[in-house]
Amino acid sequence: MAERSFHVARLPGFATMAVAVFVALYLPIFTLVAYSFNASNSMAVWGGFSLDWYAKAWANEQVKDATVRSLVIACFAAVISTAVATMAALGTTRRRAFKGQTFIYVMINQPLMVPEIVTAVALMILFGLVKTVTGIHGLGYLVLAHAAFCVPFAYLPIRARLEGMDLTLETAAADLYATPWATFRRVTLPLLAPGMVAGAMLAFVISLDDVVITEFVKSGGQDTLPTYMLGQLRRQLTPEINAVSTMLLAVTVVLLTTFFLLTRKKD
Amino acid sequence: MADDVTISARHVIKAFGQGAAAVRALDDVSVDIRRSEFFTLLGPSGCGKTTLLRLIAGFEMPTGGEILLDGADISTLPPNKRPVNTVFQSYALFPHLTVAQNVAFGLQMLGKPAAEVKATTERMLALVKLEAMAGRKTAQLSGGQQQRVALARALAPQPKVLLLDEPLSALDLKLRKEMQIELKRLQLETGITFVFVTHDQEEALTMSDRIAVMSAGKVQQVGTARDIYIHPRNRFVASFIGETNFLTGTAEDGALRLGTGERIEMPGLRASPGPTTAIVRPEQLRLGKTADGGLQARVVSLVYFGTDTHCHLHLADGTELVARLQSPASGEAGLSRGDSVGIRFAEGAVQQVED
Ligand SMILES: Nc1ncnc2c1ncn2[C@@H]1O[C@H](COP(=O)(O)OP(=O)(O)OP(=O)(O)O)[C@@H](O)[C@H]1O
Ligand SMILES: [Mg+2]
Repeated sequence: MAERSFHVARLPGFATMAVAVFVALYLPIFTLVAYSFNASNSMAVWGGFSLDWYAKAWANEQVKDATVRSLVIACFAAVISTAVATMAALGTTRRRAFKGQTFIYVMINQPLMVPEIVTAVALMILFGLVKTVTGIHGLGYLVLAHAAFCVPFAYLPIRARLEGMDLTLETAAADLYATPWATFRRVTLPLLAPGMVAGAMLAFVISLDDVVITEFVKSGGQDTLPTYMLGQLRRQLTPEINAVSTMLLAVTVVLLTTFFLLTRKKD
Repeated sequence: MADDVTISARHVIKAFGQGAAAVRALDDVSVDIRRSEFFTLLGPSGCGKTTLLRLIAGFEMPTGGEILLDGADISTLPPNKRPVNTVFQSYALFPHLTVAQNVAFGLQMLGKPAAEVKATTERMLALVKLEAMAGRKTAQLSGGQQQRVALARALAPQPKVLLLDEPLSALDLKLRKEMQIELKRLQLETGITFVFVTHDQEEALTMSDRIAVMSAGKVQQVGTARDIYIHPRNRFVASFIGETNFLTGTAEDGALRLGTGERIEMPGLRASPGPTTAIVRPEQLRLGKTADGGLQARVVSLVYFGTDTHCHLHLADGTELVARLQSPASGEAGLSRGDSVGIRFAEGAVQQVED
């Protein structure tokens, strides 16, 4: 039976195709990482191994400044979007199917579907208005914008976790004299925690590498790491950018690995 | 009598869905469950056993009627305000808590002092013989052990009533037998009223003080195992509990006239128009020689079951009957396929039942 069933891996040329895809995916990244250790000043010539660019980047005040700002925004955005996403997930899964369910689902995931550039322009216009009217400036606008587009990313793993959760556990808690709030605190929340951590990590990574929305919403002197890098590339290409990129990549890989470990199905 | 009633369901109706699509899971159910008894709800799948249990626990609200606990109407109380605990079929143990924390959960929610929580938890773990497992996570336990934790957790707050929804169905046969004895012991030791759901009639017969046989959202009969086996009220109860032979005929004064024209003595039967149904259990049939009288029948097949042999018989009009004979006796009787025999019945064994 299994012998005869269709399997894409048995198509001719499947292996070649797979290798080509992996090369296309990872060759640029390997090149970038390799050249971040390049002693030469040029992006094209290999001048031997060196950690100079890392030292340079480390000493660069602008890089430090942008890094701190990126991390601060990502932290806030992750926390806020996870809180909102948790409520949204509880609201959409902990009840019988209702009219307009799909509509709400689409609404929550809207940032995944609307072109980012559109959201960016819209936010720029709205925040511009708010800034003129209230006169309030600061990092808050970036945090809000990031929190908003991170919600669907935080929502998905939390919702998945909730859907895999046995509803009888909550019934059992109620049966054992837990009030609805105690049931939530003592049973739902602890069981949801891995999903929330995963959601927060995903949101953190998404916030960390956002360019488009940040570029439109930021005021002067509010560069994050990605927008700083973009600005640098416009001026001169040095392997310093490779070094910064590699560090960003390392953080992302660590976080995403943790994310996959957390959401992995236990058997 | 009313004094020793713990749970009383009165004309309880539970409908799911709206309008024409509504299903009556419970259709006017009234039963009284007595204090400290082992009460079983028995019936085929979908008859409303779980629904009745969920109404008593407070997970569902009745569409009509009321549920009393010690005389007070609890129909509208949420589950956390009812002194009633449940052992779930899936156990529903909290996976993020240890065995001891699971057992302590209800006590903590009731706001008992820490010392009392600890002492009671230990006592409960001892009661189900799981002291050694107190610190383990529940996922590291076997099915039988999880079952015990679920029991200890539900018993710890000392509820007035313990509800058990097919708690043994996930266990293999040997473990199930052990747990049946264990459950009975726990019920006797704690004196708590148990309401037990099963669709296994043997389990119901051996464990219960009283049984409610349910079908299609209605209680068909309530009584002790003996009552229900010996005097089933209707055709459904008779066929659901144990094996039964049905005899249909016309009621005459003091006898039932079968389709074959033969008469079976049934003192107390009054003549009435229309068909009358009577039952007789297979072990109440006595087979003899045709010449000795009785219902004339032919042996269709003999099935050997160890201590018993089932003898399938046909009456002249094709009615099928089964006689359960002790194996040596059937050997001595020298019965074989195709033999003609005369059937007699033990006194009072043939009884009229409602349809
Ligand atoms: N939440 C619900 N919504 C709609 N119908 C339901 C619901 N719960 C139960 N029912 C229906 O009510 C009837 C009784 O169900 P119930 O679960 O009480 O049966 P049961 O006797 O426990 O059966 P089983 O032995 O299979 O567990 C069934 O027809 C079932 O489909
Ligand atoms: Mg059920």
